[in-house]
Amino acid sequence: MSALSGKAAIVGIGATEFSKESGRSELQLSVQAVRAALADCGLTAADVDGLTTFTMDTSSEIAVARELGVPSLRFFSRINYGGGAACGTVQQAAMAVATGVADVVVCYRGFNERSESRFGQFSLSAATQVNTNGLDNAWSYPMGLGTPAATVAMQARRYMHEYGATSEDFGAVAVADRRHAATNPNAFFYGKPITLEDHQASRMIVDPLHLLDCCQESDGAVAIVVVSAERAKDLPQKPAYITAAAQGSGRDQYVMTSYYRDDIGIPEMGVVGTELWRQSGLGPDDMRMGILYDHFTPYVLMQLEELGFCKPGEAKDFVKDGAIEVDGRFPLNTHGGQLGEAYIHGMNGIAEGVRQIRGTSVNPVADVQHLVVTAGTGVPTSGLILSA
Amino acid sequence: MSVVRPMMNRDSQFFWDGTAAGELRIPKCNACGTLRFPPGPACQACDAYDRGYQVAAGTGTVYSYVVHRHPPVPGKELPIVIALVDLDEGVRMVGEVVGVDDLEIGDRLRVDYNRIDDDLTLPVWRLSNEEGR
Ligand SMILES: [Zn+2]
Repeated sequence: MSALSGKAAIVGIGATEFSKESGRSELQLSVQAVRAALADCGLTAADVDGLTTFTMDTSSEIAVARELGVPSLRFFSRINYGGGAACGTVQQAAMAVATGVADVVVCYRGFNERSESRFGQFSLSAATQVNTNGLDNAWSYPMGLGTPAATVAMQARRYMHEYGATSEDFGAVAVADRRHAATNPNAFFYGKPITLEDHQASRMIVDPLHLLDCCQESDGAVAIVVVSAERAKDLPQKPAYITAAAQGSGRDQYVMTSYYRDDIGIPEMGVVGTELWRQSGLGPDDMRMGILYDHFTPYVLMQLEELGFCKPGEAKDFVKDGAIEVDGRFPLNTHGGQLGEAYIHGMNGIAEGVRQIRGTSVNPVADVQHLVVTAGTGVPTSGLILSA
Repeated sequence: MSVVRPMMNRDSQFFWDGTAAGELRIPKCNACGTLRFPPGPACQACDAYDRGYQVAAGTGTVYSYVVHRHPPVPGKELPIVIALVDLDEGVRMVGEVVGVDDLEIGDRLRVDYNRIDDDLTLPVWRLSNEEGR
């Protein structure tokens, strides 16, 4: 067990509504989510002394603190690499409260990535950023490869070739997500389940990915409150203890285009998994369920393999016959995932992990002692083990 | 919308000078001869900072590929076919494959050049008749 294991807990979660047009600024979304998360655990802005977010977030920690009326911040940090930051922001918070650097740290992410800068579009800003990421993108974007779906499709095609996985296997993830979203009133696709036939009939976006392999573009914000395990005992909600919190980057790593190494899968998630098991002293068999980052369905299969839930190439069998649905052997993404609930860069998945520990999910899984949550795939990423 | 222009710096300028001159240049370590792609300032094999390049034969094999249909791509008329090409020299790069509407892993390709203007020439790939389909 690591020095960090069990020393911190998530005690508060909060979110705005998830929509396609929030009608307000990204800063306002984040501030509202933070207020909701603080109210959830009986704390106020005056208690907050740390904030963490994504490098990509457009609302700085000081701007959020100003709007909230936070008197002073002792800790602030940001994590790079898009959605790969999600669990990393919680890792930052956990390390800060476990070491006494801060007492109450709030992780937040808020954006209008449907009504303003759309995340599914070809990103000129990614191709022209003045840093090594921009230089890296010189080898793909000018050649026409520059949407998230396209970069993932390149990996998915090779994965299908190597292991015999099919589009229907990817579709099992979409069907499970949409089933879970259908019973979640906060999900954009509430009341709208799909069948595998719907998935197969949806239009091709980038062969081999169909529209229903791709997550939504969403407006919204989510915030997570982290305090020490000691402090958590005095707060109203049942704590979700942070048993492990890891980041991971692999050999010859790029952002969404790690194409130049022998394995063009997602070995960086293997790095995360190894570290999660090392920190916690637990293994895949100890996990009751998972929240696996699902901006694109093929990555869920690859993650099951990288995290050790099955062997390489066997995820297509693992996900069969409803095994990843709420009443299945290993439920995944019970909030509806980013395909069904909303795409808040993985932060809404962390919140669902907390609800499952509390027993307040709309799709509750029985006897959840431990669960695994992951962040963005295809990028340097992160993960958590949350425990009751 | 016009084509996306690559960011360049002193580690990568030689590649684009090469495409403008009709050469596909693979970064090479002058100290130990190791090839790599994409370029960078250091040799990952011997740690030297002595960079050179080798002109590729311009032939390779499809390692993976996509057919991009949506959403729009600046400077391109959709759909486009984009491949990961394993060059015969042993490095891999991304390239648009022109003159096809589909592809198979293992297809053989040959490089060609798409001159955009005085400042930019993009490498593109075509099915090669010698092998493959
Ligand atoms: Zn060398």
